[in-house]
Amino acid sequence: MFVPSMMRNAIPVLLAVLMMAGAARAELRVDITQGKAEPLPIAVTDFFGNGGEEQRIGRDMAGVIAADLQRSGLFKPIDKRAFIQNDGALNTLPRFGDWRIINAQALVQGRTELVADGRLRVEFRLWDVFAEQQMVGLAYFTVPDNWRRVAHIIADAIYKRITGEDGYFDTRIVYIAESGPERRRVKRLAIMDQDGANHRFLTDGSELVLTPRFSPTLQEITYLSYRNNTPRVYIFNIDTGRQELLGDFPGMTFAPRFSPDGQKVIMSMAQNGSTNVYEMDLRTRQSRQLTRSGAIDTSPSYAPDASQIVFNSDRGGTQQLYVMDSDGSDVHRISFGKGRYATPVWSPRGDLIAFTKISRGAFYIGVMRPDGSGERLLAEDYLVEAPTWSPNGRVLMFFRQSKNGENVSEPRLYSIDLTGYNEREIVTPVGASDPAWSPLIP
Amino acid sequence: MRFKFLSVLAAVALLAACETAPESSGSTQSSGAASTSSSSSGSSTSAVQIQGGTQEDLVVNVGDRVFFAFDSSELSAEARASLEKQAAWMKKFGGVRVVLEGHCDERGTREYNLALGERRANAAKDYLVALGINPARVKTISYGKERPAALGHNETAWAQNRRSVTVVDNTGS
Repeated sequence: MFVPSMMRNAIPVLLAVLMMAGAARAELRVDITQGKAEPLPIAVTDFFGNGGEEQRIGRDMAGVIAADLQRSGLFKPIDKRAFIQNDGALNTLPRFGDWRIINAQALVQGRTELVADGRLRVEFRLWDVFAEQQMVGLAYFTVPDNWRRVAHIIADAIYKRITGEDGYFDTRIVYIAESGPERRRVKRLAIMDQDGANHRFLTDGSELVLTPRFSPTLQEITYLSYRNNTPRVYIFNIDTGRQELLGDFPGMTFAPRFSPDGQKVIMSMAQNGSTNVYEMDLRTRQSRQLTRSGAIDTSPSYAPDASQIVFNSDRGGTQQLYVMDSDGSDVHRISFGKGRYATPVWSPRGDLIAFTKISRGAFYIGVMRPDGSGERLLAEDYLVEAPTWSPNGRVLMFFRQSKNGENVSEPRLYSIDLTGYNEREIVTPVGASDPAWSPLIP
Repeated sequence: MRFKFLSVLAAVALLAACETAPESSGSTQSSGAASTSSSSSGSSTSAVQIQGGTQEDLVVNVGDRVFFAFDSSELSAEARASLEKQAAWMKKFGGVRVVLEGHCDERGTREYNLALGERRANAAKDYLVALGINPARVKTISYGKERPAALGHNETAWAQNRRSVTVVDNTGS
C-alpha cells in the first residue's frame, strides 16, 4: 500500500565551523527585497576529492549547489569551462586574480573525504573574491548517501551569508500527483526535494486524496482522503507510512492545516449545507468550533504567532478573506477588491497573506498585508491556485493550468519570487497540483 | 427559450452518462445479464428490459441529476420538477436508498468547491425530505470539482458539471 520511507531525515549531519581567515566584512551582499536584482556571478567549483568516489560526490555536490543558487534567481553560476584555476590547485588557497579575471564575485570551494569509519566528511569555504576574504567555512560529517542533502545545506549557508536571510534549499515539497482521464482522475500523495530530486509516491492512488500540508515540527502531513468513500481529514506519517483518521466528525472534514507549533490542526467541516471552521488539539483530540455563520467558511490558516486565523467565507455573498482571533472572536473582512478571494495562506514571516483570486474569468495568485492593504498580483492564468510559502517567506509555489483553444494543459507546479520575478516550473513526472512546502528540515 | 435549452443539455448529459463510465460506485449496470425482470419501463422501442428501482431505471425513466447556476445551490424550477419525479420514484421503490453527489464546475477553488458541492447535495436532499422521503434513505457526498461529467472548458460543459447526481446506494444492503 505505501512506499516505504527512506528514513532520510533520521540521518544526522554533524557540523563544525572552519577557522575563519579573519573577520569577514559584509561587503558582498544581495538584497533580495529588490524587484529585479542582477544575479551575482559566483564560481562553484567541483569539491576536491582524492579517490574516484570522493571526486564523483564532490562534482555532484557542486552541481546541486550551483543549481540551487541559480534557481533562486539571485546568483549566476559561472560556466566551469571558464575557470582558470583548477580544482586540485584550489585545495590550497584560491588565486583570487584568476577568479577576478572571469568576474566571479564569490567563489565556493570544497573538499570531500571518506573517513575511516565509512562516513563522508565535507567541508566548504565561501570566498569574497574581490575582498580576498573567507565569508563562511563549515565542515559536515554524514553517511555518503546523504551527500545531496548536505549540498542543499551548504547552498542554504551560502544564501544566508550573502542575502542575510534564511535559505530554503534543504526543504521538500509534498503535492498531489495526477494521472488518468479527467472523469476518473487518479490522485496520489507524492513527495520530493524542492529541486525535484528524490521523488516518490506516498499513496497508491486507490483513494482520492487532496490538499496535503506539512507539519511544522514532525515528519507528518495532514490532507483530505476519500477513504471508504467518506471524505475526511487524515494525518500521514512520512517515516512509517501510517495514515490516521483525525477526529470523529459527523460531516465532511477538509481544508486542514497545522498550527505553527504543530500541536493543532485547523480545518473545515461541512454539514447540512453549511461549512464552519474547527480546531483540533492533537494531544487531547478535543475539537472546538470557531465559526458558526451558516455560510461557507473554509481554507483557514494561522498567523505564524498563532494569534489570528485567516480564512475565506461567502457570508457576505461571495468568497472573501476574513481574519479572526484564534478563539473565533473579532471576525473582520480584509479583501475588498473586485472578484472572489480564496485559499489564504499566512506568510511564515507574518507580513503578508497569499491568496487565489478569481476575477473576470481569470485566476490569479497574489499577496496582501494582513490588514488587506497593498494587494499585489504575481501570477495569472486560466487556473492558478493553492499558493504555498517557502519557509523564509520569499518565494511562493502554486499550480497552473493554461488554456490553448479548447484544450487545458496538465496541472504543473511553479515557483515565483515575492518580487514577481523568477518564475520557474518544478518538473514532476506526472501532472501536479496542491503543492505544500515543508519547513527547513530540522 | 432558456428552459428548452437546458432540457436539451440535460438530455445530452444523460446520453453522455450512458455512453461512458457510470457516475459512481453505486451503479452496477450489469447490462448483459439475463433479463429476469419483467416490469416494463414503457419504452416500447427499447429491446433492453430495465429492472425497476435500479440506477438504470432512475437514469432512463426518471432522471438522475439536477443542475445549478454558477456559485449557487438554489433549486431551479426544472430541478424541483426533476426531484419531484425522483421522490415519487423513491416512494414507489421504498427499499431504495440513495447517495446525492454534489459537484461543481472547474471555475472555483478546490476547497470552496468541496463546500459548495456539499451545499448542493444538501439542497437536493432537503427537497426530497420535504416531499416526504425519509432522510435516513438519503446520504450526501461532495466531490467538488474532482469528478466532472462533461469534459469541455466552456460554459456548456460547466453547466453540466454544476450538478447533484442521485446514485442508488448499494453499499448498505
